[in-house]
Amino acid sequence: MIKRVVDFFGDERHAKKRRRLFYLVLVLIVIADFLVFREHAEYLWERLPGWSALYGFGSCVLLIFVSKFLGHQCGLMRREDYYD
Amino acid sequence: MTDFVHPGLLFILGALPIPILKGSVRKAYVLLIPTLAILAVLTMHPGSYGAAQFIGQQIMIAKVDKLSVLFATVFSIMALIGTVYALHLTHAAQHVAAFVYVGSALGVVFAGDYLTLFLFWEGMTFASAYLVFAQRSEQALRAGFRYLMVHITGSVALLGGIILHGFATGSVLFGPIEDGLGFATCLILAGFLLNAAVPPLNAWLTDAYPEATVTGAVFMSALTTKTAVYVLARAFPGTDLLVWLGTVMALYGVVYAVLENDCRRLLAYHIVSQVGYMVVGIGIGTEMAVNGAVSHAFAHILYKALLFMGAGAVIHVTGRRKLTELGGLYKTMPVTLALYMVGALAISAFPFFSGFVTKSMVVAAAGQDHRALVVLALTMASSGTFLHTGLKLPYYMFFGTDQGLQAREPPRNMLVAMGMAAVLCIAIGVFPQTLYALLPHPVDFDPYTGVHITESLGVLMFTALGFVIFLRALDPENTISIDTDWFYRMGARRFMWLAEKPLARYEKAVSDVSETAALPFLHGMARAGLRIDLRGVDAFVNAVARAILRGGGALRRLQSGVVTHYALAMIAGVIAAIAVFAVAWR
Repeated sequence: MIKRVVDFFGDERHAKKRRRLFYLVLVLIVIADFLVFREHAEYLWERLPGWSALYGFGSCVLLIFVSKFLGHQCGLMRREDYYD
Repeated sequence: MTDFVHPGLLFILGALPIPILKGSVRKAYVLLIPTLAILAVLTMHPGSYGAAQFIGQQIMIAKVDKLSVLFATVFSIMALIGTVYALHLTHAAQHVAAFVYVGSALGVVFAGDYLTLFLFWEGMTFASAYLVFAQRSEQALRAGFRYLMVHITGSVALLGGIILHGFATGSVLFGPIEDGLGFATCLILAGFLLNAAVPPLNAWLTDAYPEATVTGAVFMSALTTKTAVYVLARAFPGTDLLVWLGTVMALYGVVYAVLENDCRRLLAYHIVSQVGYMVVGIGIGTEMAVNGAVSHAFAHILYKALLFMGAGAVIHVTGRRKLTELGGLYKTMPVTLALYMVGALAISAFPFFSGFVTKSMVVAAAGQDHRALVVLALTMASSGTFLHTGLKLPYYMFFGTDQGLQAREPPRNMLVAMGMAAVLCIAIGVFPQTLYALLPHPVDFDPYTGVHITESLGVLMFTALGFVIFLRALDPENTISIDTDWFYRMGARRFMWLAEKPLARYEKAVSDVSETAALPFLHGMARAGLRIDLRGVDAFVNAVARAILRGGGALRRLQSGVVTHYALAMIAGVIAAIAVFAVAWR
């Protein structure tokens, strides 16, 4: 069972199915976010359905590029023999 | 003392017979001790044990309350899991070190006074350092020494703080510090923050953990930072500084994790990030926030151990640790991958996994405390956590480019240990009330609300979308990252340069001067002295001796032995005496 699940995520022949399933999940999450009951919202963004999806995506992109910028342009990343 | 058996001493004393036991007896024995410890923790009653007087101070070996029992429970469970994971080891030394390490951590958790705490604190440092040294590579030895030096520096600060605090308050009992941040409390706080790996005091962790043995790193990932979280929760709840340090910490870890190529170093940066949540919770200090912080520590120990076990299994089987050299293992290690993913989903706080019910409590507490910025930063860190531990690491380790590695599933004991941790990660997520009942304050928090589930899934799955789109930007690179250990690693190098170049040159110049100028001068002086001695002093002494010899000869001639000569001499003497008397008397 485990092997089949793992193969579904690994094998190239499932790539199309995988992508479809992934997009379906994304759409369902956003739809669900519009439908759930919000009893109290402390902050503005909490009232905004779909905010978390946007924020998650934004955070991910920001983290990737800010980190890589720090690594490459600000010299945090060095050759492996830097300390040798 | 019948209703309290100190589980820490159980581990430390229990470690003694391990080297003399062999084979399956040893295996059974090393499993027995953690099991007994779990029983001891579950059956203990709140109270104070082992009160005594030491150098005029009241000390308390063990103070049992809900907070200490919570940490002791998870430490002993983790010790059992870690021991199962290390069961295949043929050498006893690592078992002994791990037991002393766990025992010391439990000693800290129960310590009722600062002196006991400090003693066990040091025990942890040395026992854990051995787990790095036991790796035996040149790299590990160096990292181990750095680890030891940093921790000893921290301990000195802590001890200084304890002594000053003891003088100021007249007591070394360990409890909430209420007199603000004076010099003494700052020293204590610095000692604690160093062990919690709060930047800039974090580099020892990410430097040493990836160099430790496969089995040793599992213990290290669980104990040192979490004992620090415990002591912070005990002594510094509600310290506003911690909120900001924790927030920075949560993001610091994920930023570095993007850059990291070594699989266990990536996980180590996520310890920094996750401990950030706990530090924030303690800093906020409300009941809900402290509950969140300590429950997150509980969950964190289990899923982080699971992640380290998964990465360790890959290292154990393939002998490789860099993401650039790994890939395509899902075909040969599907069970390892599945168990690793349970840990990854737990740390990422997916619904029905442990992180979901604990991390959200900290974030919700920050929201209730009107700290919008903290909430946003922690949510961003959650996104980063899933991005690395849940997506980047498994992708490049198990999927990605197939490196054609000859791999297989790790030994069964490793899989069993991972299975135990995985079951607990899911159990906590599904039945959070069991964990909530152990927390120090009453819990009024339900993680499973519709909006919380959709929001969490939104953040996480759209992080995955970002990952899919920008996959190429995340490709691991064959580099290392400069962290704050740069200061002491390069500082030590500069110092050595200073010692080897300018100081050595100065030393040489001084010896040159002495050889070319001072030595000939001294030689000349010595020769002159010799000449004076021979020609002057000796000649004078010889002359005096000769004169005395001649005088003696003359006197000898006067002693003729003829009575008339003596009588004549006496008469001459009497006349002379009378003459002198007569003249002098006048």
